[in-house]
Amino acid sequence: MSQRDRGASFLEWLDERLPVAKFLEDQLLKYYAPKNFNFLYFFGSLALLVLVNQIVTGIVLAMHYKPAAELAFDSVEYIMRDVNWGWLLRYLHSTGASLFFVVIYMHMFRAIFYGSFKKPRELLWLFGMVIFVLLMAEAFMGYLLPWGQMSYWGAQVIISLFGAIPVIGEDLATWIRGDFVIADATLNRFFALHVIAVPLAIMGLVVLHLAALRTVGSNNPDGIEIKKNRDLVGIPKDGIPFHPYYTVKDLYVAGLFLTIFAWIVFYSPEMGGLFLEHPNFDPADPMKTPEHIQPVWYFTRFYSILRAIPSKLGGVVGMGTSIVVLFLLPWLDRCPVKSIRYRSPLFKIALTAFIISFLGLGVLGTKPVTETYTLMARGFSVIYFSFFLLLPIFSSVEITKEVPLRLTESILPLAKREGFQWRLIEEGIAALQHSPVFEKIKGLLSKLRGNHQGR
Amino acid sequence: MSGVDNEKRRFLTQAASVVGAVGVSLVAVPFVSSMRPSAKAEALGAPVEVDIEKLEAGQRLVVLWRGKPVWILKRTQDALASLVELDAELLDPRSEQSIQPVNSQNEARSIRPEILVAIGVCTHLGCSPVFRPEVAPADLGADWKGGFFCPCHGSKFDLAGRVYKGVPAPMNLEIPPYYFANDHRIVVGLEGEHAS
Repeated sequence: MSQRDRGASFLEWLDERLPVAKFLEDQLLKYYAPKNFNFLYFFGSLALLVLVNQIVTGIVLAMHYKPAAELAFDSVEYIMRDVNWGWLLRYLHSTGASLFFVVIYMHMFRAIFYGSFKKPRELLWLFGMVIFVLLMAEAFMGYLLPWGQMSYWGAQVIISLFGAIPVIGEDLATWIRGDFVIADATLNRFFALHVIAVPLAIMGLVVLHLAALRTVGSNNPDGIEIKKNRDLVGIPKDGIPFHPYYTVKDLYVAGLFLTIFAWIVFYSPEMGGLFLEHPNFDPADPMKTPEHIQPVWYFTRFYSILRAIPSKLGGVVGMGTSIVVLFLLPWLDRCPVKSIRYRSPLFKIALTAFIISFLGLGVLGTKPVTETYTLMARGFSVIYFSFFLLLPIFSSVEITKEVPLRLTESILPLAKREGFQWRLIEEGIAALQHSPVFEKIKGLLSKLRGNHQGR
Repeated sequence: MSGVDNEKRRFLTQAASVVGAVGVSLVAVPFVSSMRPSAKAEALGAPVEVDIEKLEAGQRLVVLWRGKPVWILKRTQDALASLVELDAELLDPRSEQSIQPVNSQNEARSIRPEILVAIGVCTHLGCSPVFRPEVAPADLGADWKGGFFCPCHGSKFDLAGRVYKGVPAPMNLEIPPYYFANDHRIVVGLEGEHAS
């Protein structure tokens, strides 16, 4: 038997027992994705890439880290100084945590932009939201492990949130801590949850998320169901096989992403205190809260809402609600048109205001408390919640544009866009192209080219 | 279907489900309970003895009791006099909604007027407020008579640990049980029947 035959017969043997080949064929070659995915569609596969990075680096870090209050801080320093390549592994893990949220926020934003949470993808959105909440829990518990000042006081504040719940609150907070204060017991259980419980749950939900995705199929920048338009053999006319088209495209973007990732890991792993906060280089001290305590950047928007409300229970409820409303999005947005491309200017304005408040709250959460900042945080909180409150009202009476039957461009060309801002950009580009500076550069370039050829 | 007693089948399925659910919830008890504070954590509540002989007026000592910072502050006469003026700006000036031993439920929230003993943990979300004894600093405004400022969420307390209105903290700082063993020794963590 030739080698090739032997290989084929092994595959045959395997396929009779576990249909791997059929599974791959169904999921890669016979899975038809819309042909007009743009850059916003890369973040799903990038999230998977970061998840793998977190798991692989996490396993190795857990081999050197010691989850005990007396030892934890020093063991992290030990990883940074004495473990071979320990600094790299830790920075890969800490940078990965922040970039995970960059990727997930973009992924969620994409869903809101193109209405990917709408029927029939509600369950897909809900699985995604559960992953998001688990990811926040995972990041929060991971942040306690270095046992620095920010670890300690951040955990103190977040666990105290549960204390605001009437009647059972204080007992619940004590149960979570396993002590009356943040202590060794808290650190030890957070380690267990961080390395086993939550990652297992996240992976299970990722499987469900993907299974739900493959059942309903991807949405696209036009928000049209490609399954409604099939050719004679039943293949969507606007679909292309996932492999090789999107596997190759995703791999290319993974390369770009890893380049940025590596740049951060090697040149700015602390990101000026944004990814790894400065007070966390001091060991935890239960006697003294740092002057400016703040969560890591990916929590700051929710933290801002908490701070903006001058009541303990109110703040906690406000912060919880700001996350819960996202779960309800498929039922709050009543507009049958999915993509923002064909929705009314009203929706575009509302979404812009929401994004501004989302970013504004995020920035304010990193600032110390002052009267001006508190007022601003209150304003942004009002905008944040009004978006969700008003959405069911205006989305049901929205005047939308006609949705085409077939997919269009992945990114709309400037000339096809409506709105004065695009005209301004167009004029700006035209002015730039006719400016003397541009002419000069063009002249220089052609001169250089001429010189080069002359040599 | 013939020969199948569907009613009996349904009854058995339901009965088995109920017994199973009861079993699962009973088995959950040790798992949930194991996460509560251990016997060791419960036992770590020993009182702390503090010497305050060298404490000058206006100074503050911080000691650790049950893992929490406890402040011992010797107030100046000016500071004590200013406490009365603040009543209108405070949420609970008489400490009726707050936690303290009975012998500390007074204007100065202390056994001896000049010595404040308080748990230095904000009643909002558990940060430790910063001691800001200076009068009218630029960042806290001209009305500031000295007190404690929580850097986390901006709660403000006066020099008796009483919370201001319009800040997130819902009540005054907690006063732990304590007593004076003699003129300059405080025992934190025990209410003193033995007290003078």
